[in-house]
Amino acid sequence: MSEFIIELKKVSRYFGSVIAIKDIDMKVKLGEVHCLLGDNGAGKSTLIKTLAGVHAPSDGQYLLEGKPVVFNSPVEALDAGIATVYQDLALVPLMSVTRNFFMGREITKGRGIFKRFDIETANQIAQKGMAEMGINVRDPSQAIGTMSGGERQCLAIARAIHFGAKVLILDEPTAALGVKQSANVLKVVAKAKARGLAVILITHNVHHAYPIADRFTLLNRGQSLGSFMKSEVSREDVLEMMAGGQELDELTAELEEFSRLDATA
Amino acid sequence: MTDQTQSVDLSKMAEDNSTEGKSAGDERVRKVPAWKRLLHRPEFGAISGTVLVFVFFFITAGDSGMFASDGIMNWTTVSAQLGLIAISACLLMIAGEFDLSIGSMIGFAGMMMTIPAVYWGWPIWGAILFAFAGALFIGFLNGYIVVKTGLPSFIVSLAFLFMLRGLTIALSILFTNRTIVGGIDKYADGDWLAALFGGVIGKSLFVWFANIGLISSYDDGTPVVEGIPMVIVWCVFLAVVASWVLLRTKYGNWIFATGGDDKAARNVGVPVDKVKISLFMFTAFTATVYAACQVFEFGSASADRGVLKEFEAIIAVVIGGALLTGGYGSVIGACFGALIFGVVQMGIFFTGIDSDWFRVFLGAMLLIAVLFNNYIRKKVTEARH
Repeated sequence: MSEFIIELKKVSRYFGSVIAIKDIDMKVKLGEVHCLLGDNGAGKSTLIKTLAGVHAPSDGQYLLEGKPVVFNSPVEALDAGIATVYQDLALVPLMSVTRNFFMGREITKGRGIFKRFDIETANQIAQKGMAEMGINVRDPSQAIGTMSGGERQCLAIARAIHFGAKVLILDEPTAALGVKQSANVLKVVAKAKARGLAVILITHNVHHAYPIADRFTLLNRGQSLGSFMKSEVSREDVLEMMAGGQELDELTAELEEFSRLDATA
Repeated sequence: MTDQTQSVDLSKMAEDNSTEGKSAGDERVRKVPAWKRLLHRPEFGAISGTVLVFVFFFITAGDSGMFASDGIMNWTTVSAQLGLIAISACLLMIAGEFDLSIGSMIGFAGMMMTIPAVYWGWPIWGAILFAFAGALFIGFLNGYIVVKTGLPSFIVSLAFLFMLRGLTIALSILFTNRTIVGGIDKYADGDWLAALFGGVIGKSLFVWFANIGLISSYDDGTPVVEGIPMVIVWCVFLAVVASWVLLRTKYGNWIFATGGDDKAARNVGVPVDKVKISLFMFTAFTATVYAACQVFEFGSASADRGVLKEFEAIIAVVIGGALLTGGYGSVIGACFGALIFGVVQMGIFFTGIDSDWFRVFLGAMLLIAVLFNNYIRKKVTEARH
């Protein structure tokens, strides 16, 4: 058994003539938060879709626990313990907390034609799972359309954890959230890590990524700039490497220029 | 699954988090009174509408025979016929699709069972099974085209609406040289399968009702209402089954998920395509039940049976609280929608109002129902912050 649960070796993915990602190496360990950083268009989405089994790699090897695997669908990856929480969360706003929690994996009781969705037990499990994430669900039959973005994010994560995920892929979990809600989601990530899960966190917000990550992989224009342990790089290095550093410096300079002009005007 | 060990962990961790958990919610959650929760049930609108309609006709037509036994049976039968197809249209609409070919399917299925029985000498049960098999296949085709092409089901089933109606007329003329094929009743007597659709149940019960004076009878002592027509039995049976499936089974959860957000549903492994195709087959099935009940009631099939029924079914479903966009609705609501429809259609006849007003009422009712449903949806999905 390999030290790493997931290993990518020179993985590439092409869409026709477009090279979405090229020769990506990546290693993910249980009990670690692995941050995938990159600006828009860096290939983050393609990479996580490859990890999640949506796309098969065009080239290179995908190793799970040291053995090469090919996933033909997200469901196969899910069965192997790789759960992805997408930006749209795969939740249905009109459905209740419980119905969302168990969507596609309903627990049943009874036999034959009387086999039915065990709503009472499901309610309890959903409520417990949410409580673990620090959210009190008063009524598990309430539609999740009434919940805040952070709470929905936590529901999606709680659901993945309950169904035995070993690797949790979070796609920009804090993108649409306020400061406090982002902090809550990051706390949940820390809890998942503490339970021994491997978490792959995709973001372009270094300030969210840096405090919680153990390892970084940086992407730029479809290629990897390398993986680093947290001890090896500083926050500024990471920001710099995202090709955002330079632009941000320029922006700061420009803004100062504006305010100077405003002051003189 | 490791539920046992996990739940232990969960409770331990829940304790750790109890403080932040509480601060996240409680004081900001408003207590909602019970009547308001009732208001948020999808079928609330239809049920209160039904009450209103009954009150209205009690006042305006209370002494016209509308609420005598034969009057009741009259509007119940009309409602049940519509209810039958509204049930399947409801499940399909919750799954986010329409079937506009239901009405044409009624005509086509009627011919599929009548022509083989009357002209080709098939046994009645064989002809009925043939009609069901044919209808299920067409329903499958309808659904398959929708899920494989990604075209709106509105367009695909609209195409089927015309094709099936055209085929019904063309084929019945080709095989029989007429568009109304009668004479099936003389073959149907004693057929075990035909008895499931034609005829009535509870005959002796109704004789007893007549004897004790609960319902009136003709001069020769036979009660004015013979029994409960099979179409009502089918409607009630399917309503109970469909409602149970929708609310209490895995498959029902898949229906909600498919209509609520099919991409999300697919991502968590719900077989969205299978759900949709099976529901298109179910609408074809109920259309065939409808057709069979009519064929064995009148003893004939007619090429124009079921015209506009698809729209009536959709109206009943929408009045019943389902959202046109899918993901929300109630089978019981759809049945009440059908009941409103039947009661008003027949009630207008009993009150002596010009029946042209029925359509005006129908349109207004539809508009009010949609407005009300939109309001409810906003309430249900209203974000808390």
